[in-house]
Amino acid sequence: MSDYYIYQDQNRCIGCRACELHCKTQNDVTVGASFGKIIPVGPRVVGGVPRMQFIFMPCFHCEQPWCVSACPTGAMSRREKDGIVSVNPETCIGCKACITACPWGAVQWNPKIGRVFKCDYCKDRIDEGLEPACVTGCTTAALKWVSPSDSSADRRKKFAAKIAKNKPV
Amino acid sequence: MTEAVKKTVYSVCAMCTVRCPIEIEVENNQVKKIWGNPHVLGGRYLCPRGAAGKVFENDTERLQHPMMRVGERGEGKWRKVTWEEALDYVAEKLNKIREEYGGESIVLGDRGGGFTDMQKAFIKALGSPNYFNHHGACSNSVHNAHNAIAGHRRNTVSYDYKNCRYIVLYGRNMLESIGTKEAKDFIDALERGMKFTHIDTRWNYTAAKSHRFLVIRPGTDYAFNLALINVILKEKLYDAEFVERWVLGLRELEEFIVPYTPEWAEKETGIPAKEIVAVAHEVSSHKPAVIFNQGWMTAWTETDYYFRRSIYILTALMGAYEAKGGLLFNKGEAAAGYKPVKMLASLPPAVKAKRFDGVGWKYKHLSADYGLAQMLPHAILNEDPYPVKAFICYRFDPLSSFPDPEAYLEGLKKLDLLVSIDVNYSHIGWYADVILPEATYLERTDPVLVKKGAKPALWLRRQAVEPKYDSKPKWWIFKQLADRLGIGEYFPYNTIEELIQWQLQDTGISLSDFDAKGIVQLSDKEILWDRESGLKFNTPSGKIELVSSMLEDNGIPSFPPYESPKSPPEGHYRLLTGKIAVHTQGTSLNNLYLNEIQSENTLWINSTEAKKLGIKTGDLVEVSANGVKHTIKASVTDYIHPEAVYTLHGYGREIPLQTRAYKKGMRDNIFMKGLLKVAIGGNCPITDCFVRVRKVS
Repeated sequence: MSDYYIYQDQNRCIGCRACELHCKTQNDVTVGASFGKIIPVGPRVVGGVPRMQFIFMPCFHCEQPWCVSACPTGAMSRREKDGIVSVNPETCIGCKACITACPWGAVQWNPKIGRVFKCDYCKDRIDEGLEPACVTGCTTAALKWVSPSDSSADRRKKFAAKIAKNKPV
Repeated sequence: MTEAVKKTVYSVCAMCTVRCPIEIEVENNQVKKIWGNPHVLGGRYLCPRGAAGKVFENDTERLQHPMMRVGERGEGKWRKVTWEEALDYVAEKLNKIREEYGGESIVLGDRGGGFTDMQKAFIKALGSPNYFNHHGACSNSVHNAHNAIAGHRRNTVSYDYKNCRYIVLYGRNMLESIGTKEAKDFIDALERGMKFTHIDTRWNYTAAKSHRFLVIRPGTDYAFNLALINVILKEKLYDAEFVERWVLGLRELEEFIVPYTPEWAEKETGIPAKEIVAVAHEVSSHKPAVIFNQGWMTAWTETDYYFRRSIYILTALMGAYEAKGGLLFNKGEAAAGYKPVKMLASLPPAVKAKRFDGVGWKYKHLSADYGLAQMLPHAILNEDPYPVKAFICYRFDPLSSFPDPEAYLEGLKKLDLLVSIDVNYSHIGWYADVILPEATYLERTDPVLVKKGAKPALWLRRQAVEPKYDSKPKWWIFKQLADRLGIGEYFPYNTIEELIQWQLQDTGISLSDFDAKGIVQLSDKEILWDRESGLKFNTPSGKIELVSSMLEDNGIPSFPPYESPKSPPEGHYRLLTGKIAVHTQGTSLNNLYLNEIQSENTLWINSTEAKKLGIKTGDLVEVSANGVKHTIKASVTDYIHPEAVYTLHGYGREIPLQTRAYKKGMRDNIFMKGLLKVAIGGNCPITDCFVRVRKVS
């Protein structure tokens, strides 16, 4: 896990795919590939209403990225200062070992250049002090750019508030 | 390496007609990225269609230069021509038609919305009363209903989601058929604790977020509302003070409503009586901070008009007009202390000729602001009430949005001149004599838009990049035509800057005032009228007229007995259509990235019905009606009413030049034979289409 985390608020997400479109237009991603994807799961009836979960799947930027270990040329690397995992198209040989290695399907194939490419949390934007395109453009502000510990704290707070609201003591 | 030339432009999106405020990152005259305008939205939030504007701009499969037909209409044989030749040809034809048949034989149709002033000015200057837009296949019933009962339109009021405590949506798929601000405001409201009942013929992503989801028999929403009114009146749950002050006709409503009990409505709608009573109690307990959503696409049934009226009756009973959390009246320049923005349509002299579609003489209760586009084929074919010889179609595609394109075409083929002005290929453009390509919304500046609301503002769509192809902005196209037709005096400008300067002349605001934020806010605070003395209902009485004098004067009853919608015959289903967040009906289907996400539609069918027909998800099924057949993949679901099948609208594009969308999926309107009708609300009854479904073996 990098220093960053994209928190997705399921209550706010409407599955509109704006995150995907903001990513694709920011990074000019070829058709057929997507750095981040919404996977709709459901409907499943909860409390009498069929509910949806929209699972956002960007790259998780693992602390020990399997794609990096699998890469024979060192093209796939983890940035020392903040843990962002990205690939250098100059040294990538298109062997796809990283695609095999990644358990989450995060690494994508770019048929135009015969190399892999992937979510790098829009690192050029991060370096400018901005947030990734998916977070920035999200229609309902369901995605939030936080640190992993912020996310846990926020989730705890929300859960506590919910308990207090639903079950007054 | 030379430094990239970067700039940020604030503008207004046109990927759909919600027209969200946007921020465009431009680098070396290329669109680099499009976001929501943070100065208006509080963040760079923007829906997927808005984001995809960048690939639309860069697409080669859009109109690139003026084209004139070479072969037969619809044959798809074109000649690339210069603007000079195209404009000269159109002007010459229009002049001839005007001389021979009079100005009224020229009609102009568009999509409607905020940017209609120039089109209205143009057709009026030609001496024709015949402006109309797409609302006959969309929201005519709700506009006209609000007009009769309260002297308003759907869009002269706004929803106060920020303070709303309870909302009822009727088939309004708010979270899939989205506008950026509305979707975000809605989610904010849910997070804050707004309660939400969703009534629909089928489940969708909006229903998935509701607190109470009720599946209703198609076409019976009016019955549901009548039962709500019944409970609210019987138990005196209404806002007596508001009703006393502002509502006429309560006694007549009380008499009318007696038979429409929740038990009666249960039989009609399929929704248990106790659920209806519960909604009545819940909503009343939160009054006046409640919203009964007016609907978006409301061309549903023959009697949709009365259903929409009932929405306003409920709004009035809850005292939700101009209440925090309810429906707020939109205010314009004057309310904010400004002189009005000047409009071109005010310049040409008034036109005396009667309208081609019957509005104002045959249909006195319907508004000329929208007209009846569905009457065009009839008028052309029968020269009734007079010959209609030329149709200028601006960014509007009745062959996609209206029922029965075959019947529509019959009329169009008899025209002397059909001109399509658009940024995209369209079905009607394909049958046009001349196609004039408009510069995209990213390539042009448009006239100032007055964004009325509780906090009125002026918005500006501003050019971000140079046109990629040989296309021209709207202001230029109409000015060029006007000059050739001898009506140039009504277009008093040579550049868009001059036009905007003229528009803003009396306001004290200038073009540069838009630079910082893209908009000019006319009021920092919400302007709210006094609920005791200041509400403006533009009816003859100045009040909400439950018994509408406008209807009664025209021999139309305000409270006719409820008519139950037809159930489909055995093996048939009512064909319902809708939208998703990644597409604007047919217009976005060829967009590289949006097409990637959803390139085809499927047919939703109820699981019990599917079982009877031996259909499983993914099976190919044949849909047929009135001799028209099409195959499509089935999606079997528990969450659609058994009387209905559902598909996404806009698919099955038939323009070969749009290779990604060409013949992908099923075109819905081809089944809707005979539905180019004028229902009481001025709408086509689009859902009165019954189709047969069978598995393709």
